[in-house]
Amino acid sequence: MAKITAGIGSSHVPAIGAAFDQGLTEDPYWKPLFDGYPAAREWLKQHKPDVAIIVYNDHGSAISLESIPTFAIGVADEFQPADEGWGPRKVPVVKGHSKLAWHITESLILNEFDMTVMSKLDVDHGLTVPLNITCGQVDEWPFAVIPIAVNVVMFPVPSGDRCWRLGEAIRKAVESFPEDLKVVIFGTGGMSHQIHGERSGMINRPFDTAFLDDLTRNPERLRKIPHLEFVKESGAEGIEMVMWMTMRGALSKNIHEVYRHYHIPASNTAAGLIILEEDNY
Amino acid sequence: MEYAEIQALKQAFEEVPGTYLFNADRCRAGYHINMFCMSLSKDENRKEFLADEATYLANKFSGTTSEQRRCVLERDWLGLIKSGANIYYMSKFGATLGKSFQYMAGEMTGQGQDSYRAMMVDGGRVVAGNRNKKDNGGKVLCISNISKQDFSKKAQ
Repeated sequence: MAKITAGIGSSHVPAIGAAFDQGLTEDPYWKPLFDGYPAAREWLKQHKPDVAIIVYNDHGSAISLESIPTFAIGVADEFQPADEGWGPRKVPVVKGHSKLAWHITESLILNEFDMTVMSKLDVDHGLTVPLNITCGQVDEWPFAVIPIAVNVVMFPVPSGDRCWRLGEAIRKAVESFPEDLKVVIFGTGGMSHQIHGERSGMINRPFDTAFLDDLTRNPERLRKIPHLEFVKESGAEGIEMVMWMTMRGALSKNIHEVYRHYHIPASNTAAGLIILEEDNY
Repeated sequence: MEYAEIQALKQAFEEVPGTYLFNADRCRAGYHINMFCMSLSKDENRKEFLADEATYLANKFSGTTSEQRRCVLERDWLGLIKSGANIYYMSKFGATLGKSFQYMAGEMTGQGQDSYRAMMVDGGRVVAGNRNKKDNGGKVLCISNISKQDFSKKAQ
């Protein structure tokens, strides 16, 4: 049987991708951030997942205002890096897991989550930067990826609680898949940041620290944080953290924190990374 | 949810200073300008736009308003946001000009990129005083989290 063994929360700041691409990881500005990544990479290498479900958002790259799905799932065999205005990032093509993705789709829809099915989906920094953070710069990604795209661009975006319940439904779907697969789930985006308007640059370390702490201590608090509180306390674009709720909702109660790293700033953003592992799997 | 309740909910976000949440109203007003921005995720469109910006806008995105077109031509980043553009879509326009998110933020805040970047290195902008328009007469404070320095002036 397939099983979810761990969750990873990770920021997906585009400038982190650019720093990788331009060889700036040893630059004094970037080094304190990048120094926190090798330990996570080592853990993931030992953990050896077969599949990663990556909950992320498209930033007007593949999904335009022509159609705005609240929840979408990528079911293709592969996903190309998107052109975000600079030309596509020179990162490996992301290989999908079509069979599991279609099973998850069937299971989610039968479980009242009406997913939009994406057979073509170019993936932007929202998905490829967390892969770089946790795998480094590689010739091919070491596991298959199932993208789950959440609308966090146009309000109203789904509530943290709704995202959590999507995570619970994903867990059920994975656990009912008959093949033996080790699956990890990523929640991406955040942490505190605002990148539009005069309030750009707002950062809230106490909010972020409490958020990271409560992923294990008090996740019930997190799933009830209203949108207005996210916008006021973590910045308008900090709303991305609802996607971490899907990751957490897909894990059981019995988890432990393996690793965390937090750094201000990555360009406009407080960058966070956390690994949560199931106690028994 | 009742109509009035939805409007009240949206209004609550408008009370946050320096923030223009990309809600249904802005999405409706900004459809064409955002689709213009998105068109710049193709190299041939970037080239065509840069060769003759005004013609590209007028011919291919005639649904944009004159104010939105002015904002594009004059690089009025905050004006774009106020007229319905979304920052993620705008990033394609920025990239076409070789400008990063951080550059656009520096422009939108009026601090300029250098002063804005220095504020970020000093822990980023404070939350205190920046939660509600009534906190500070609608103005956004440019105080940093770590040394509590004021970064409102452009660096020389």
